[in-house]
Amino acid sequence: MKQNTESKKALPKRKQYTIIALAAFIVFAFLANMFFDAFTLRVFNLCAIYIVLALSLNLLNGFTGLFSLGHAGFMAVGAYVSALLTMSTQLKDMNYFLEPIVPWLHHVTLPFLPAIIIAGLVSGFVGFLIGSPVLRLRDDYLAIATLGFGEIIRVLITNAQSITNGAQGLKGLPRYSTTFAVWVTAGLVVLFMVLLMRSSYGRALKAVRDDELAAEAMGINVFKVKVTSFTMSSFLAGIGGALLGHMITTIDPKMFTFMLTFNILLIVVLGGIGSISGSVISAIVVTILMEVLRFLDEPMNFIIFKTDGLPGLRMVVFSLLLMIIIIYRQRGLMGSKEFSWDMLTGLFVKRGHKGGDHV
Amino acid sequence: MSETSSNLMLSTSRLSMKFGGLTAVNDFNLEIGKNEIVGLIGPNGAGKTTAFNVITGMYNPSEGKVFFQNRDITGLKPHSITALGIARTFQNIRLFKEMSVLENVLVACHMSIKSGMFASTLHLPGYRAREADARRFSMELLEKVGLSHLAYEKGTSLPYGQQRRLEIVRALATKPKMLLLDEPAAGMNPQESLELMKFIRKIRDEFDLTIFLIEHHMQVVMGVCEHMYVLDYGVTIAHGDPASIQKNPKVIEAYLGVD
Repeated sequence: MKQNTESKKALPKRKQYTIIALAAFIVFAFLANMFFDAFTLRVFNLCAIYIVLALSLNLLNGFTGLFSLGHAGFMAVGAYVSALLTMSTQLKDMNYFLEPIVPWLHHVTLPFLPAIIIAGLVSGFVGFLIGSPVLRLRDDYLAIATLGFGEIIRVLITNAQSITNGAQGLKGLPRYSTTFAVWVTAGLVVLFMVLLMRSSYGRALKAVRDDELAAEAMGINVFKVKVTSFTMSSFLAGIGGALLGHMITTIDPKMFTFMLTFNILLIVVLGGIGSISGSVISAIVVTILMEVLRFLDEPMNFIIFKTDGLPGLRMVVFSLLLMIIIIYRQRGLMGSKEFSWDMLTGLFVKRGHKGGDHV
Repeated sequence: MSETSSNLMLSTSRLSMKFGGLTAVNDFNLEIGKNEIVGLIGPNGAGKTTAFNVITGMYNPSEGKVFFQNRDITGLKPHSITALGIARTFQNIRLFKEMSVLENVLVACHMSIKSGMFASTLHLPGYRAREADARRFSMELLEKVGLSHLAYEKGTSLPYGQQRRLEIVRALATKPKMLLLDEPAAGMNPQESLELMKFIRKIRDEFDLTIFLIEHHMQVVMGVCEHMYVLDYGVTIAHGDPASIQKNPKVIEAYLGVD
């Protein structure tokens, strides 16, 4: 929402900046795709997937004010559906050695695009089914119930041997999550979120977050808005999960525990609950740190003493980071504000007027 | 109480609301005619807000019915009742805290924008037109009540009196036929209350409204209401014109107690 006339004049310039930044990023992505080694490229692409996942959770936690902890479950649904739809018959035969796969899935092999869309839709549908009863709850109760449903999905996947291959998981998924695929998806999701939040529907979501009772009194069908948001979030989580599956190429139920939800929640909270740009920045920073800090988990030699490697030390750093952010910036990196060029110029030139493209 | 049924806006019959053993509203019968300003007064805890909550669908009544323009609206969801044309404000101001003044009003236009999630996200032409209309309409409303210069300020950063006004504007943006105001003068000094009452009469005339308002202090509403109901412990102890209410011994007793 651009305000007074002064900023209206400045608008084309801001648009220019945005276009330049976008072009620079696309060039960077192309170069990365050509010159990065496999590991770095993977981290780079993982950033995009985490952007999708963080935004899907932020849609729910940040913009609709529904504290949900069942995200890993929806990602699992997306990852499994997409995997089962894209794997070849031959590959399925190799994977299902304990119990044969159900016949109706045996010969299905779809290209990536329809598969990932169906994955999102199925995940969204599961979200709708779970959301309808669960969204009658509020606050902590909602968090507990969604956490429970997330685990239920995981347990169901573990036990549906003839469909999901149970605890063995699925191996050799086609490597479809290319730089192009993940970043285009991330771009589309960012665009979707920005447009949604600038629309009347976005305002309705935020109204429900700010004051449910008042929103209802303003003629907003709060329950419907909540279910829609939950379904949409599950859809995006399913897409993110599918991308993740096709990147790692191996999925099993243990991947989708609460820890995964926690990682995404960490990104959302660090970035700012209710900030799209916050989620994007935080997703990139956290994904890179997760990889860069990997050395902490390994044995270390401090000359005076040696450690045998402490798996999980990495997460301690994140916990500390989270605490520091919560102490000094309660509302996360961006709060509920969005990035704007004014904000950047404001960093260099102290200006009296308020920046912030607050939608 | 001489309204013909065609002129009747809001009525309740034998409305009761019980919370466990507590009867917050008991056998409440109300009749409000078109364009009237009716007051609901009573001491603290008399059940005034509960009566409002039942009328606006926040609670389902234990017994009795609510009629709006001769249509039974008992048990409807609050948003459906708003859609039918009853808007309300809250005793403790409930503005959307992360939103600007304009956005607060725009939320109330969501209903009239009538675009689904996808149409509005994709900013389809139909949606764009309705959004532009809503913005124009909201700005006009803010203009009318003298808040337009604050349109881009955060709603909750306004002074108290203006927040109350904003709540009323927000309710008006739902294009209501009837407005329910829950203690609009709470926390105001006598001078401010007086101005508010003038303002209420003004919007009644300008927007062709029927107004039902709760007030705690009797004096505040004496001047503005044409008709009053007095609740005490959930029971209607009196109703009539302000002059007769003022003299009613039961009302005096409820407010001042007896020796």
